[in-house]
Amino acid sequence: MKYVDEYRDPAAARVAVRRITELAEGGRGGVPYAFMEVCGGHTHTIYRHGIEQLLPDTVELVHGPGCPVCVIPMGRVDDAIALAERPDMIFTSFGDMLRVPGSTSSLLEAKARGADVRMVYSPLDALKLALANPDKQVVFFAVGFETTAPSTAVTLLRARELGVQNFSVFSNHVTIVPPLKAILNSPDLRLDGFLGPGHVSTVIGNRPYDFVPQRYGLPLVTAGFEPLDILQAVVMLLQQYADGRCEVENQYNRVVTDEGNPIALRILEQVFTLRPHFEWRGLGFIAQSALALNDDFAAYDAERLFEVPGVRVADPKSCQCGEVLKGVIKPWECKVFGTACTPETPIGTCMVSSEGACAAYYTFGRLHSTAAGLAAAAV
Amino acid sequence: MTAPTADGRQELVLERVESFRRRRPRLTDDVVTLAHGAGGKASAALIDAVFLEAFRNEQLEQLGDGALLVTPSGDRMAFSTDSYVVKPRRFPGGSIGHLAVHGTVNDLAMCGARPMWLSAAFVIEEGFPVEELKAIVADMAEAAAKAGVTIVTGDTKVVDTGAADGLYITTAGVGMIPAERQLGAQLVRPGDAVLVSGTLADHGVAVMLARGDLDLEADVESDTAPLGELVELLLAAAPDTRWLRDPTRGGVGTVCNELAADAEVAVVLQEAALPLRRPVVGACDLLGIDPLYVANEGKLVAVVPADQAQAAVAAMRQHPLGADAAVIGRIAAEPERIVLLETAFGGTRIVDMLVGDPLPRIC
Repeated sequence: MKYVDEYRDPAAARVAVRRITELAEGGRGGVPYAFMEVCGGHTHTIYRHGIEQLLPDTVELVHGPGCPVCVIPMGRVDDAIALAERPDMIFTSFGDMLRVPGSTSSLLEAKARGADVRMVYSPLDALKLALANPDKQVVFFAVGFETTAPSTAVTLLRARELGVQNFSVFSNHVTIVPPLKAILNSPDLRLDGFLGPGHVSTVIGNRPYDFVPQRYGLPLVTAGFEPLDILQAVVMLLQQYADGRCEVENQYNRVVTDEGNPIALRILEQVFTLRPHFEWRGLGFIAQSALALNDDFAAYDAERLFEVPGVRVADPKSCQCGEVLKGVIKPWECKVFGTACTPETPIGTCMVSSEGACAAYYTFGRLHSTAAGLAAAAV
Repeated sequence: MTAPTADGRQELVLERVESFRRRRPRLTDDVVTLAHGAGGKASAALIDAVFLEAFRNEQLEQLGDGALLVTPSGDRMAFSTDSYVVKPRRFPGGSIGHLAVHGTVNDLAMCGARPMWLSAAFVIEEGFPVEELKAIVADMAEAAAKAGVTIVTGDTKVVDTGAADGLYITTAGVGMIPAERQLGAQLVRPGDAVLVSGTLADHGVAVMLARGDLDLEADVESDTAPLGELVELLLAAAPDTRWLRDPTRGGVGTVCNELAADAEVAVVLQEAALPLRRPVVGACDLLGIDPLYVANEGKLVAVVPADQAQAAVAAMRQHPLGADAAVIGRIAAEPERIVLLETAFGGTRIVDMLVGDPLPRIC
């Protein structure tokens, strides 16, 4: 396909893998280079195309906190369900958020119990539902990083322009830089660089990552979502080590600029304000890491319009999503991975979305090597 | 005893996950959700825990597209039933009427039967326009004539406004199986080839786009069609064909998982060989949905001995419904009950059964 095939070319992949193997020879001081892909979209691409198996043992990819579904704490899901179960409510959400478990059930289960929960592809679709159902309250469950926040903001501007009175947003938008800092400040950090998030960077640009090399001495290469993008970004990270450089680079320059998208950034500023604190699944409270609607949009803020329980629910003790999100452990090292926690019965959010490190590892993941070897041999 | 190495622990976890993956899923839900109707793990769990548990018998336990029955005189027949609740009722390439005939006819054909008679039952919501009902029934008549079956009995129920989403149709069908014909997962052997009759995911993507939830325009039509003639061509060219299935809800990924489990083999698919139309790939990429799990309504998956694979593909390509037929993979002995995909990019990954409906990803 035009503009896609060239990023999935197996011959180009072999060249990139050869280059990675040369550059990473011996690892970093005898241990494999560990690069974190920040974005869940990257994790999905890595597993979907079997990229981990193509890489030499000297390079390890660590799955980071950039899956919007994976970082929502249980209490916020409970709040969403409480909103959805109000009478005369149409509660709208993106698809993969429906399956995320709260402390007792998910939105999908609330729907089966009778709540009017509907999947939408965009917040504008939720606004359309509000216009078509004037006797109902329509709430949009807004989740995601700076990638999806602008579309929520545009929808709110549109709602105000139209004078819609029965539409509101339950904002759970989060920002990417604070969790990156939290990970970098983690005492058990063992990373040699980052594959920076592509979609988020189309909005915020590449500049906000300058602190990574400057303050923490690690390289970051913003990467696209095609398999060759990932391999090329790994080459670029390793090349920095080979050249003795440490900087922010942009592999995804066909889309991402240094400055980002000024229009999107302006709209975000117009509609949102930073929350003093927000709880992240597995990472705890992080200061100024999430977006609430500002006072101008109070009339569209579900948290101000309705009673939201706001109860804090501790993550299940057995769940190690936090360590997985920080890259401290691999999904398979979690105590409940593949036993109590599976895609059918997820305990942690990392097991829910196909972008989640654990779900991706479980669903697409590696085979126990004897069997994999046999399959490869059988022709 | 020495402490296990990191690699050793990983192997143990992977082994455990593999054995878990091989098990039939168990029903743990208190209420039925849409996931239970999506054809994946949740559907299988519901069928096992509720229907099989209550109705258990030799024919039902096969969980095939239809039941294989032997008459007292020794003739073999196939019997199948299905309900149709698609929305929108009309979409590019067909309507609920076409689906209601093709779906049941194809289920019979996949049993190796020649479809002969159908029943049709209608649940109609009060207020449904007669004009639309006439048009849908005309589609059924046209589809039945084309498939060579007769609709010989039926039923009509009207329910209160709001009790049904417009119109539901249930069809059941009977077909006769030629005496010499043998098909079944138990005949599948390592080394066999896996074939499809044409491009994948067209129906599911056409319906998704026709729903209008996405402001996307793409030239994708449903592939809804009767497969009886194509099956006869295939079986004439590859007389030792082992197994047939039409990959409707749940798509090729799901039926290959069922095959791997029933035949206790591995199914190894090749991504580069999967016939896919470009607009379908584009729409699936945009939604983060894997075309392997998207519904087809006029395609079959077949397992044939490797030495008959080329003849089978050539025969299917002679027919308009098989023009894009292709070999998409092979059967291997190990890893038993697992479906693998050799990615076009050179990697290998597992194609697991879906938990519920494929849900679009956020970004």
